[in-house]
Amino acid sequence: MKQYLGNVINALMTILIGMKVTFKHLFVPAVTIQYPTVKPELPERERNRLYVNMDDCIGCDQCARACPVDCIEIETVKSLPTEDLGKTSNGKRKALWVTKFNIDIGKCCFCQLCVFPCPTECIYMTDVYEFSEYERNNLVYNFITLTPQEVEEKKSNYAKFEEEKAAQKAAAAKKAAEEKAAAAAKKESEEKSASTKPNEETTIAKKDAAGNPQSGEKKEES
Amino acid sequence: MTIYNFLLKLTGSGILASFIQSLLPLFVFILPFALFAVLLERKVSAHMQDRLGPMRVGYHGILQTVADILKLIQKEDITPTDTDKPLFNIAPILVFAGSYAVFAAIPFSSAFIGTNISLGLFYIVAVSSLVVAGILMAGWASNNKYSLLGAMRSAAQIVSYEIPTIMVILTIVMVSGTLNLNTLSEMQTGHFWNWYILGGPGAGLSKFLLIPFMVIGFIIIYTSTLAEVNRTPFDIPEAESELVAGYHTEYSGMKFAMFFLAEYANMFAVSAIVVAIFFGGFQSPIGYLGNTLGIHWLIPIEQFFWFTMKGMFFVFVQMWLRWTLPRLRVDQLMAVCWKYMIPIAFVNLIIIGLITYI
Amino acid sequence: MLDFESEKEMITEENNIDYKSGNIKTEEMVLNMGPQHPSTHGVLRLELELDGEIILNVIPHIGYLHRCFEKHCEAMTYPQVIPYTDRMDYLASMYNEFGYAVAVERLCSIEIPERVEYIRVIMGEFQRIASHLVALGTYGADIGAVTPFLFCFRDREKILSLFEMTCGARLLYNYIWIGGVSHDLHPDFIRLAKEFVTYFKPKIKELNDLLTNNKIFIQRTANVGVMPLETAINYGFTGPNLRASGLKWDLRRDDPYSIYNKFDFDIPIGDGRMGTVGDSWDRYYVRVLEMEQSLKILEQALNQIPEGDVTSAVPKRVKPPVGQIYSRVENPRGELGYFIMSNGTVNPYRIKVRGPSFVNLSALGELCRGHMIADVIAILGSIDIVLGDVDR
Repeated sequence: MKQYLGNVINALMTILIGMKVTFKHLFVPAVTIQYPTVKPELPERERNRLYVNMDDCIGCDQCARACPVDCIEIETVKSLPTEDLGKTSNGKRKALWVTKFNIDIGKCCFCQLCVFPCPTECIYMTDVYEFSEYERNNLVYNFITLTPQEVEEKKSNYAKFEEEKAAQKAAAAKKAAEEKAAAAAKKESEEKSASTKPNEETTIAKKDAAGNPQSGEKKEES
Repeated sequence: MTIYNFLLKLTGSGILASFIQSLLPLFVFILPFALFAVLLERKVSAHMQDRLGPMRVGYHGILQTVADILKLIQKEDITPTDTDKPLFNIAPILVFAGSYAVFAAIPFSSAFIGTNISLGLFYIVAVSSLVVAGILMAGWASNNKYSLLGAMRSAAQIVSYEIPTIMVILTIVMVSGTLNLNTLSEMQTGHFWNWYILGGPGAGLSKFLLIPFMVIGFIIIYTSTLAEVNRTPFDIPEAESELVAGYHTEYSGMKFAMFFLAEYANMFAVSAIVVAIFFGGFQSPIGYLGNTLGIHWLIPIEQFFWFTMKGMFFVFVQMWLRWTLPRLRVDQLMAVCWKYMIPIAFVNLIIIGLITYI
Repeated sequence: MLDFESEKEMITEENNIDYKSGNIKTEEMVLNMGPQHPSTHGVLRLELELDGEIILNVIPHIGYLHRCFEKHCEAMTYPQVIPYTDRMDYLASMYNEFGYAVAVERLCSIEIPERVEYIRVIMGEFQRIASHLVALGTYGADIGAVTPFLFCFRDREKILSLFEMTCGARLLYNYIWIGGVSHDLHPDFIRLAKEFVTYFKPKIKELNDLLTNNKIFIQRTANVGVMPLETAINYGFTGPNLRASGLKWDLRRDDPYSIYNKFDFDIPIGDGRMGTVGDSWDRYYVRVLEMEQSLKILEQALNQIPEGDVTSAVPKRVKPPVGQIYSRVENPRGELGYFIMSNGTVNPYRIKVRGPSFVNLSALGELCRGHMIADVIAILGSIDIVLGDVDR
């Protein structure tokens, strides 16, 4: 019997205490804000949409390697020695043309692992969080500052440069080989005319089919 | 001078007058009240939870319910296959009719009462049981395990909780001697110390002895009527987190709107009954402005105003309880009714009977 | 995942109704609380075998959130795994990272500065409070009391804004790195954190008034889902669920990691004051008490935190020696264990995670036997699972 009445009184008391709490909250001002008209203040370290400042990018590929979901794609082309790409904001000299820098922000997991390895701090996270698109392809952000023609130009320039270099190298090597052959022949004739010593060793430059000199081997001339 | 007489003079035909008079509660009162109550619930719940509620439609969200009704009206009426079509379609109408028919006997003011039948309270209790039939129909015809469970629980709950309600009503009938709600309200004239919650009209020892038992009676009837309208803590039939939405899961569009409106109309109806029985009906607690100023036609308007205020206050308390308390499980609900409410109501009845005899 | 064989069996069983006189067989109803349901905390499919309203068996079907975490890690380097560990138990991300960092540091024998240890403990305890707030709030919402849910989330917002100030993200942080943390604390952090600690103590009292001591809530949760201690240990229960059954077992004290042995805090256990020891109310109340203990640890840590450099011990490349290690930490949900096997390269050879929610969920059938449908919700909420941890 006592427990019965105790139950009833306990129930009523706890219900009334609960009602008091809720009633007090009627007069507490709201903690919510009316979103589209009032936007929240974001802290300075906020991690939202990525941005790359291409003037500072040296094309080192560190951010693409650090990304856990592989959303950054970078392709670079070496620049010619004659071209001057300028310096980055902290004094490094740029040596690569960046021909492709795509970030698929739809894949990005906003983990910030790409921001830390960048030597020039050119990739960073802004505070833009309203970037919805209607087409999924529009979420692939393209950051390069070269036009497609320029990209082609740079690539072909580099290809040409490489060819020239290779041709030059070939010509120089041929010339050097010829000179060396001439010098060797001259030396040989000098020695022949001098005296034949049995154990003297002369190095005769070996030539392969292309006329490029190979590493000299000591050949014992009998 | 009642509204019926006024209309009779206006139209000259008794039938037309009573027809218009019976439509008045619906259009003048229930529909605007339902619109208002939906918004009130959302705003009250929001402010209790430290947030703002609807703010965009209209100034601070006043027109929100209008937007909701427009949305519900133009929604597609989806009827699942394999349902029992006649039952499916009639169920919301029955629920709404059961809630609305109660308003015929509620005294809004001394000039207006739907019908002045001498069996007011008896009629109210009888007609509000139509709701059970409607709910069972809705649950069965939905062809859905969850709805069926919800409907059966609801039927059990409503039928059980009618018993403490009736016992407390019996108490009041014993004390006052009449079932007619209009007379009951008029017996509590004067100021608030003549209300039944404080012992009733008249003075003397029996009045003061009655007070604690009247308070107990009030608590019992308020809780039982809360269970009858399926509000938390007794809202197992509509438990959102367990049965998705209970017996009205499968309804969409206007039919759902009818269930919705019926719930709010029912809420007001039971609050009105509690007010009429315990808190003086349409009487004002502090005397009438019309009396002091000498303007006699102001009095019925003031009475209407007081009645609505008191009814709204109890509706507000119902909402307050909803947002504070967790839900009771079905067997605990039954235990509360049969093991706690009915014995206490019974003992209350006996003691009050003894006191009035004295 | 989708178990068709047992379903076939059940359908044929239902069709064999024996109508011989006096031998009417009542059939069990199979109710499916499907993957989409408002109260299973995530995508979990529960198959309930019912006899009327009484439950005979509960079979959970999981795997709807499986994202191949363990296989994926084999293609990442060690620091790149950290964003993935965040996403396992997404309500307690700091602790997942903490556990992983402790495991790799033990494998590589890296010494970390003391300031880093303090920061990790502070973040971990804040995360514990935030995770318990979600658990308590959603538990109340399942039972029917919607208001405490919003109060809990309002307080959790304050913790999340502290995290946002430090590392920039609110839920998935990538903050605790191998060998250190990614950013040093914001200059205002300690002041705001101390303000939070003083602000939060009365809120626990308010939550107790509104929900914990409410008679209706007690009736819904006391004596429901009682887990005796022996059974709990046999199932592998850990965390607040085990402590509610009466055993004082806390990895922060019994298998200490980081600097928890410097702090003074109690270990709350369930004592069955509202029903029996090990019922749902005990599991709920242990979490409330744990929040208070976390506040105690936070006060001590915020007062004692030393100065230092937080990124000095972060290695350029993490290349552990060949070997394997199993290390465990005390997640807000239980014992989170990482088994890491390395073969000397920069990618881990195998990482296996012992998820606490996975093990805790296995006991659901045992707990629900004999109760009603409404109790399944109460029991599931009290075990406090996160599907990200169950399925990984």
